Amino acid sequence: MAAEDALSEAEAPARPGLYAEFGRDQPFKLDSGAELGPFTIAYQTYGKLNAAKSNAILVCHALSGDQFVTGINPLTGREGWWEPMVGPGLTLDTERYFVLCANVLGGCMGTAGPKEICPATGEPWGLSFPVITVADMVRAQKLLIDRLGIEKLFCVTGGSMGGMQALQWAASYPERLVTAVPVATAARHSAQNIAFHEVGRQAIMADPDWCEGDYLRRGKVPQRGLAVARMAAHITYLSEAALHRKFGRNLQDRLSITYGFDADFQVESYLRHQGSTFVDRFDANSYLYITRAMDYFDLAQEHGGVLANAFRKSPVRFCVISFTSDWLFPTRECKEIVRALNSVAANVSFVEVRSDKGHDAFLLDEPEFFATFSGFLAGAAEHIGLEPA
Amino acid sequence: MSRPQRSAAPLRLDLQIIADMIEPRTRVLDVGCGDGALLAYLDRAKGVDGRGIELSQAGVNACVSHGLSVIQGDADTDLKDYPKHSFDYAVLSQTLPATSDPKGVLLDLMRIGRHAIVSIPNFGYWRLRLSLLMGGQIAIPDGNAHRWHDTPNIHPCTIADFVELSAELGIRILRSVSIDRRGRIRQSGTPRPLANLVDEQAIFLLRKD
Repeated sequence: MAAEDALSEAEAPARPGLYAEFGRDQPFKLDSGAELGPFTIAYQTYGKLNAAKSNAILVCHALSGDQFVTGINPLTGREGWWEPMVGPGLTLDTERYFVLCANVLGGCMGTAGPKEICPATGEPWGLSFPVITVADMVRAQKLLIDRLGIEKLFCVTGGSMGGMQALQWAASYPERLVTAVPVATAARHSAQNIAFHEVGRQAIMADPDWCEGDYLRRGKVPQRGLAVARMAAHITYLSEAALHRKFGRNLQDRLSITYGFDADFQVESYLRHQGSTFVDRFDANSYLYITRAMDYFDLAQEHGGVLANAFRKSPVRFCVISFTSDWLFPTRECKEIVRALNSVAANVSFVEVRSDKGHDAFLLDEPEFFATFSGFLAGAAEHIGLEPA
Repeated sequence: MSRPQRSAAPLRLDLQIIADMIEPRTRVLDVGCGDGALLAYLDRAKGVDGRGIELSQAGVNACVSHGLSVIQGDADTDLKDYPKHSFDYAVLSQTLPATSDPKGVLLDLMRIGRHAIVSIPNFGYWRLRLSLLMGGQIAIPDGNAHRWHDTPNIHPCTIADFVELSAELGIRILRSVSIDRRGRIRQSGTPRPLANLVDEQAIFLLRKD
């Protein structure tokens, strides 16, 4: 390990969590052609890496997630986003596995992104940060995995954009992982999903406080734009059944409608709350960059238009999981992945979990999902004779 | 629903006969694998690299949560995704009459596997014939679980029907084993005519060159 690349607590004394610096000796090449000089990856680990370094599970987070998978996130004060999944005795059992998660490139929780300081100018990157892709995120994660001396990850998993990264890992570095568990995801972002993202981006860019992306230097925050983006997106994470069950047409703290534009309905109040709390923890420009990375994701395209080519001769054991009520990443998208894997005789399991909670089901307490996932991991662990932590 | 056996519990007789036809350390696709009992046994006893397709959600979940590689799918639509000879054996147990295109499914099995193993309930079994002849009503070979209007077996066939279809499709029957009501086993190359009358089910090891 080069001395200047070493992890340094002194460099970032005030920031919680783990950090690693890359790209000082050699710039990091991005899909766009741009290069990133020295840059930081912020990450978290849970559990112990065994002596053979064979029990590591890389969790890839989704659009609004971060490296703080479980426990209290020290930056936001909120619970980790995969609390029901990761921990002692849980599906990603931290008594058995070494779980790690890195904030994605372009993110806003410590990894290089538009909110961070550009080393060349000493100012926040803003829109001068290069556009990144899911493959860039994965290449950056691989640098971290190399740095940690992990030859082979036992599993790469994640839901939504995290699932895209898991698929990208399997396609780019098939020899570096034993299993891939893409959840509630797709091998490409659909037109409908790009459309929703565009609504969110336009909401941010329409906010005068966005200042053409330069809000950090001007001491402003495009709160209204980012909140609207989050509100629109949040609807896509739920299902009609879940919304109806939770709110119906119930009124918010009032006995009758007010003939005005206050949040009369509980569902409105809920969405406003989702929007306003998101603003406190997420960077608007990051939202633009990460949604763009998802839009650009099309695994087949980088393999001659044939998805199966991404997985030819793959030694990876796959378990693809979808949820019945997820209309953002519907089962049929997951089945496309399964079909491609079958066509190259890859080792694949596929389960569609019954749930009425929509896309967000992958974040919630879904016993069938956990049983399938942990059973799959146990089977794979037995297959390779995984040593305990 | 029952869980696939992880211990050395005995396998259902017809599944044991199928398992006995499979060489150790081969690749097997079990179409309609149910709760994964056969796949679990093959993994444990023969070191087989097994995969399954199962229509029922409960079956798939039981299989995957026990470490078996199984996808949710349908013999009628999902077999076409598998490449030629990607498995040593493609197994279809008791499911052929329940498919909407038995001929297409059979050809898919022969394409996917170097061998196929197919088991069928025998609609030529004498009790079923007698029921129709004397009682004037359709009898279903799965005991009293179904009646004519709700049986999944929409394409009933006899051992003789199956032998005829195989010949028509240029499929060779390498071995056939039939079982009567008491579990007595009859083995031969091509099944003997008597089997079509006295045996309740039959299992065929098939090859198409």
